[in-house]
Amino acid sequence: MVGLGHSRGRGKGYMSFSIEAVGIGKGENLPPSILQPTPLFPPVEHKPVPLVMGEEGEYMLALKQEFRGNMKNLPFYVRPAISKKDVERYSDKYQNSEPSDNTIEWNPDRGSWFSLMIGFCPFLSVTDTSLSTRVDKEEIIHNLEVGITLEEEVTSDEEEGEKKKQEEEQQDGEDEYDEEEETDYIMSYFDNGEEFGGDSDDNMDEAVY
Amino acid sequence: MTAQEVRLCGLLLQEHFGEVVERIGTHLLRGGAQNLRTIANETNTPLDLVKKSLCVLVQHGACDFGSGRRGPGSPVEYRASCERVLRVLRYPRYIYTAKTLYGDTGELIVEEVLQRGHMTMSNTVKTVADRLTHNMEEGRSMEYSEVVSAFSKLVETHFLQRCPPVAEMGTAATSTTPATPSTPAAPASTAPPTAEINICYTLACCVCVAGRGKRRRSSDDSEEQRGGKKAKMDSESCGDEGIYWLVNFERFHQHFRDQAIISAVASKLDQTSSEIVRTMLRMSEVTTTQTAAYTQPLSANEIFRSLPPNYSISRPILDQYLSLLVDDPVGADSPPHIPTLTIGRSIAELTLDQATLESVVQERFGSRSARIFRLLLRKRHLEQKQVEDFAMIPAKEAKDMLYTLLSENLVQLQEIPKTPDHAPSRTFYLYTVNQLPTARLLLQHCYKTVANLIERRLFETKENKRLLEKSQRIEAILASLQASGAEPEQLTEVEEMITAPERQQLEALRHHINKLDSTENQVDETVFLLESYIFSTKTK
Repeated sequence: MVGLGHSRGRGKGYMSFSIEAVGIGKGENLPPSILQPTPLFPPVEHKPVPLVMGEEGEYMLALKQEFRGNMKNLPFYVRPAISKKDVERYSDKYQNSEPSDNTIEWNPDRGSWFSLMIGFCPFLSVTDTSLSTRVDKEEIIHNLEVGITLEEEVTSDEEEGEKKKQEEEQQDGEDEYDEEEETDYIMSYFDNGEEFGGDSDDNMDEAVY
Repeated sequence: MTAQEVRLCGLLLQEHFGEVVERIGTHLLRGGAQNLRTIANETNTPLDLVKKSLCVLVQHGACDFGSGRRGPGSPVEYRASCERVLRVLRYPRYIYTAKTLYGDTGELIVEEVLQRGHMTMSNTVKTVADRLTHNMEEGRSMEYSEVVSAFSKLVETHFLQRCPPVAEMGTAATSTTPATPSTPAAPASTAPPTAEINICYTLACCVCVAGRGKRRRSSDDSEEQRGGKKAKMDSESCGDEGIYWLVNFERFHQHFRDQAIISAVASKLDQTSSEIVRTMLRMSEVTTTQTAAYTQPLSANEIFRSLPPNYSISRPILDQYLSLLVDDPVGADSPPHIPTLTIGRSIAELTLDQATLESVVQERFGSRSARIFRLLLRKRHLEQKQVEDFAMIPAKEAKDMLYTLLSENLVQLQEIPKTPDHAPSRTFYLYTVNQLPTARLLLQHCYKTVANLIERRLFETKENKRLLEKSQRIEAILASLQASGAEPEQLTEVEEMITAPERQQLEALRHHINKLDSTENQVDETVFLLESYIFSTKTK
């Protein structure tokens, strides 16, 4: 309303309406016009009310913090697949990394809404491109990011599941050298050497040649 | 979904479900209904992570899915619900209310169901019994039947309800329905809606009632194995697979609203009248729907009979109290010519909201501005001169305060022209307060406040991350040393690894974070009052 004077006027303070109507008296000191955005943390004239912290408030506070902590451990806390490493190492390809999230334990009930989400392929690891069937079986056991197995597999494999497990246990005994993928090297080939020298606190009486 | 709401939802999702779910969730909230491919492409997230996040959101009821826009053949579309995500802020209040009403068992049941989104009854009973047994002394354990009775009480009073059955989505879905386990009471979507409401609160008939909570013993591995096998057998024998229970937030909200009304009456009148109001509200708890404007009409006789036995007041005194309540706007209402009383919920909401707005103005601008605000609320439209006269504040200061309130949008100007050309010298300018838009404005401010609080807390945690990690490591070392039986000198040596100024810094950090957290809880109470008022005016 005050700005109307700019477009109209010659003469200082000419406005299209009488100022008395709005309540500004004649010759009164108006507050200075604002030239910049208001500060980010404006000074507070009145102190805010102190927090109400009774027994109830403290109990709810504890509940809240506990709840937050518990949620971090549940399978619903989805962590991104890639953990940041400082340097990429060749041995990373052949070493097990920790399972990055706990969705292994969570199996949304297939009888309810999940089966009706059309177009929803079951969870498969993105790097699941192995060809040989033997490695497939091992991957089902060793797969770190298993969320849900295929429905057909479950129905058809339920009877054979026990037999297969026994077979695979036997195979595991043989395959202790190449675990994950088909390599020609034993796992100690890919050691970083970080565990070397850890035993140096032992018996120093014997000389090392 | 305003920008502030989306920001707050994003922060809540990040704190409880991680960054991936937060990214997907905010994308859905901002963009409306989308299908899987669009989400994956636009957020640059690998497809399996998108699927996981959507599963998590659907599990917790924050996301809904339905057939696509282009008809039954198009891919499934997902919709996120802002309102549901904002409920996460109120979880501590729900859990605490369950504790006050149903004790520790009820508290743990509600906490478990909130953590998991929705759960079957057998699962809940088992987990809660195990947790309670864990906290009990040696040799005692929690019976399943006690937990089941607490669960049933929660269901009877509608605090827990069944998950609504998923609607069928065209012919493609019918082939999967034979695969769903035969749940005795899961109706098809063609069933009339009343049947669904009826089974919302019916317990499953076959639930494993027998059993006790298992104490977790790390030393006893053989028992664990046997216990584990037994647990598996138990879950298979429980016949209530597919019947999921979730927390009925609306019922909790109704309870909070009733509490607010009762405490308002108690502070305005006295304890006895609040007891009368509490009795009236309890009598109409399950008979009136939550959004009803008035409770069921009750006669004075009924109220007299239903009063709690320790409040022995005589009949004439009760009548006096009732007449007092009728006069009060927050209290009861008596329809003319009918000797009954009802409690006007919407009027109570209005009054409570007015009180909230007034107190906000008082705390931010001082008591005199609050006086002007209250005046405008009661008298609706006033001119500048009238405001000065009624409020008994000198003209200059009244003007100043009015303009401050006007610039903050708490007070509006209404022009009433005397002549058709709207000449300013011949127009009335009246100050007024519109309650609903002001409530909405304050609600957005509250959301912004909570989001700022969360961000500040995250910032404080991040700043002192190094220190926090160090203290956690030292605690872990101390715990392991104590478990393996070390001498006190070793313990003190480890404790001294944190220097005194660091300890002070840690203490200050903990104090700040606690303060920020409890502030969030308190702001949520205001959010609740404003939200329920806005919702009650919307449904009218």
